[in-house]
Amino acid sequence: MAAPLTLLLLVAVTVRAALYRSSLADLISERVEVVSPLTAWKRVVEGLALLDLGVSPYSGDVFHETPLIIYLFHFLVDYAEITFMLADVITAVALYLSVKDYNKQVFRKQKYALEADRYPLDCLELIRSPKEMQYIPLKVAMFYLLNPFTILSCVAKSTCGLNNAVIALFVLSTIKGNVLLSAIFLSLATYQSIYPLTLCAAALLYLLQRQYIPVNLRRFSFWWFVAQYAFMYLGSLFVIVGLSFFLLGSWDFLPSVYGFILSVPDLTPNIGLFWYFFAEMFEHFRLFFLCVFQINVFFYTVPLSIKLKEHPVFLIFMQLAVISIFKSYPTVGDIAASFIKHHKASSASSLNIFLVSCVLLACSALFPVLWHLWIYAGSANSNFYYAITLLFNVAQILLVSDYFYAFLRREHHLSHGLYLKRKDGSEATLVLK
Amino acid sequence: MMPVPSSVPQPKDDFQEELVIRPLHSGDIYASFQFRTLWETDFMRGNKVSHYRLFPKSLGQVISKFSVRELHISFTQGYWRTMQWGQPFLPSPPGAELWVWFQDSVTDVDGTWKELTNVLSGIFCASLNFIDSTNTVQPSASFKPLGIGNVTDHRFLRYATLPREIVCTENLTPWKKLLPCGSKAGLAVLLKSEKLFHSSFHSQAVHIRPVCQDWQCKTTSWELRQTLNVVFDLHTPGQGKLEWSLFKMFSRTLTEACPLASSSKIYIDITDDPQGEQFEVSPATHLLSQAMVLGDRRTFSVYDLTQQITFGTVRSLNLLIRWKSRDMLRPLLHAERYVAGYGLQTGEIHTLMYNNHPYRSFPVLLLDSVPWYLRLYIHTLTVTSKGKDNKPSYIHYQPSKDRVRPHLLEMLVQLPPNSVTEVTVQFERALLKWTEYTPDPNHGFYVGSSVISSLVPSIVAMDTNSTREQPLFSSFFPCKEESSYFMRVYTEPLLVNLPTPDFSMPYNVICLTCTVVAVGYGSLYNLLTRSFQIEEPSPGLAKRIANIIRKMRGVPPL
Repeated sequence: MAAPLTLLLLVAVTVRAALYRSSLADLISERVEVVSPLTAWKRVVEGLALLDLGVSPYSGDVFHETPLIIYLFHFLVDYAEITFMLADVITAVALYLSVKDYNKQVFRKQKYALEADRYPLDCLELIRSPKEMQYIPLKVAMFYLLNPFTILSCVAKSTCGLNNAVIALFVLSTIKGNVLLSAIFLSLATYQSIYPLTLCAAALLYLLQRQYIPVNLRRFSFWWFVAQYAFMYLGSLFVIVGLSFFLLGSWDFLPSVYGFILSVPDLTPNIGLFWYFFAEMFEHFRLFFLCVFQINVFFYTVPLSIKLKEHPVFLIFMQLAVISIFKSYPTVGDIAASFIKHHKASSASSLNIFLVSCVLLACSALFPVLWHLWIYAGSANSNFYYAITLLFNVAQILLVSDYFYAFLRREHHLSHGLYLKRKDGSEATLVLK
Repeated sequence: MMPVPSSVPQPKDDFQEELVIRPLHSGDIYASFQFRTLWETDFMRGNKVSHYRLFPKSLGQVISKFSVRELHISFTQGYWRTMQWGQPFLPSPPGAELWVWFQDSVTDVDGTWKELTNVLSGIFCASLNFIDSTNTVQPSASFKPLGIGNVTDHRFLRYATLPREIVCTENLTPWKKLLPCGSKAGLAVLLKSEKLFHSSFHSQAVHIRPVCQDWQCKTTSWELRQTLNVVFDLHTPGQGKLEWSLFKMFSRTLTEACPLASSSKIYIDITDDPQGEQFEVSPATHLLSQAMVLGDRRTFSVYDLTQQITFGTVRSLNLLIRWKSRDMLRPLLHAERYVAGYGLQTGEIHTLMYNNHPYRSFPVLLLDSVPWYLRLYIHTLTVTSKGKDNKPSYIHYQPSKDRVRPHLLEMLVQLPPNSVTEVTVQFERALLKWTEYTPDPNHGFYVGSSVISSLVPSIVAMDTNSTREQPLFSSFFPCKEESSYFMRVYTEPLLVNLPTPDFSMPYNVICLTCTVVAVGYGSLYNLLTRSFQIEEPSPGLAKRIANIIRKMRGVPPL
């Protein structure tokens, strides 16, 4: 498998390098769909320039990156392009390895279930065979690397690529069963943007499953493991925050980074739902709706964990999708990270997914057009861009729920059989009740 | 009954008024009024001042209540065209400008500043209450005190401009009321608003500062200067011939000096025409005076209004200036500013500074205060002179905080001789909340003028003794060295458009966005709380009714 992967990496790096050298690089790094006030490269350079001038980057309202990014780019600012390409490569390789490992576990579980005769006889065609799964890891890596959203995000030098790399490493270490590394990468991801906190539950469920500790609230072993993981996670988070304090000697970065993510003061248009909503919000209700929208991101953790407690890896991908739709400053880089699930679920209702994917493609094409009409031509107004934002988010939500539906339906068939019959013997339809 | 003599001697006060008329080379005429009141009192000491004579009581109370050391406020309508008109005696930016040095006994400078702006807003009938932390800055180098004082901690300095402020009769009337003679006698009778506002440029200002009384500077007195600069346009209707008179400019003539004034003079600048070839002034006068102003030795014809013979037999003075021909002079320091770029997303501010001296270079301090909604990117700052990079030797940059304070950029740039220096910086336009836009959002947002302060080398030696008797127009800016004089140049204000949301849509936007969130919530809720079941076809209506009757009877259903 190494050769095709290496070939894929070479192709991806070539495409990105070619785009860096062209004139499109400047154009792409200005696009609001690709960069946000949190992730723009221009702002990183601005923060470093402020540091050179002797002013704290957090004293103004332009720089919202974490101090570790300052540490990193203080030395690497001349090699920025290589850094971002390397981040994409690391993400792809991490995904490749984690999917390969996960497949092995899936096969093992399937083998035991088959031997224990737990599958009804008629759903054997749903069971995955090694042959069809052989190319899945490569396809996942290819889907991530050659995804136009990822390429745009990399060429724009958006720090979202670094976020995605950390999350991919977290997924890899979780699937490999390494508790310490999983906690460290998760705390790094949470430190960058608060939302990966919700992945804690998924990681815990997976690691508990792997260590054969049953998820039973009354058992001591469950709580002991949770305490261990929480200790490692919170400990590494405190260490990283403490290191950040020592960079500039002040706690200014806390309101500038986390306060900014949570209170959304900057209303620059992006592909998310927050900007226009808060631009048109009545002042009286601002705090209320801010709390509602932020809780909305974290709120699906517990119900999803309860429903998907047997399938924590799918839970991770669902959480990533929910985060990328409902976070305060989404960009296409986040969308790219959440599309990895495409190869996890199966083929049910592929027509629906096809339609929704077409809608997504059409919206992606319309974004730059309507932006140009609003900002440059002056013949449209902000409502046009807002409408496309709404449609894009609805399409994403429908895509996520379609995949979830397909997954649940497959699980149902695996336990109840593929060809179901009604009481009188005729063919049955399945509905959600 | 003998009157009890008062034991406390009244502090001496003195009032002088002057008018300088300078014909400009473009044919326009520049009239500058200055009214100065000097008062040897101490507002800062315990004994409250209660008897005001020439000094206006409202301003005296402002000084003592807010512990003000220096106050400079100006209201300007129009933009001073340096290239056509030369340098003004007292520069001012379009709109309103206020800068104040507080005493170091003030503990809460920001609170005092807020109260002061509100009180001044009432005194001058101007909307200075719009000055708040989003347009106030603390320059570190550009606005040093113009009066005496050894405290230069710039924590006690506040500077704010309102480029959108409009000046009208409502602002002129309270300004005139502050004069000792009001608008009833002296030069102030010429200040009639229907003529003053029918001009290309009009600026009225109040400057309060402590000054030395004599050379040893053992005691200080408070100086209040009220200045009014106006430039009348050549092409206003009715000006067929190239001649100006006091009556044509102000629709009044002078009949007497202000009785309370110790000196009341009119100066006409005849430097460009000593032989009387370009223009002639009538009535003629033999009084001549020379003064060093703006690095140049200029000659003036003087009319002393305290002498009765000035008014002649008709008891009124109507100066007449008749042009015969023309010519031009380039100012040494000149600046322009404009916004480059297209679209509503980004832009670039370009400031051009011209040094027209043939062989001397001098440093200038550039102060830029840009509102927070134009986010400056300081790493894109470039300073080029004659095509090469010109690195500033001092940069003080304070980044903005959204909705709290503006950007402050101060730089010391060396301008090479006979060159143009271009300062460019990129910015990004922010989308504001719908309530933060003005009622006319597509008019645009104003960015205040940049201030360029510099010590310009002068050809003639300047007089450094500021307490000697000098005409008012040449003694405003303190002169520390003989070889250079202080000059301040203001650039144009900028008008920048920001992207606007649709103001008719708040309810619709809330509904639509909440709908999308609800779609997400609904789908996930469905999938999370329901499970798959086999659907049983529901029986027809008749069967259902029959089943209900059977249930009531207690019989098993069909």
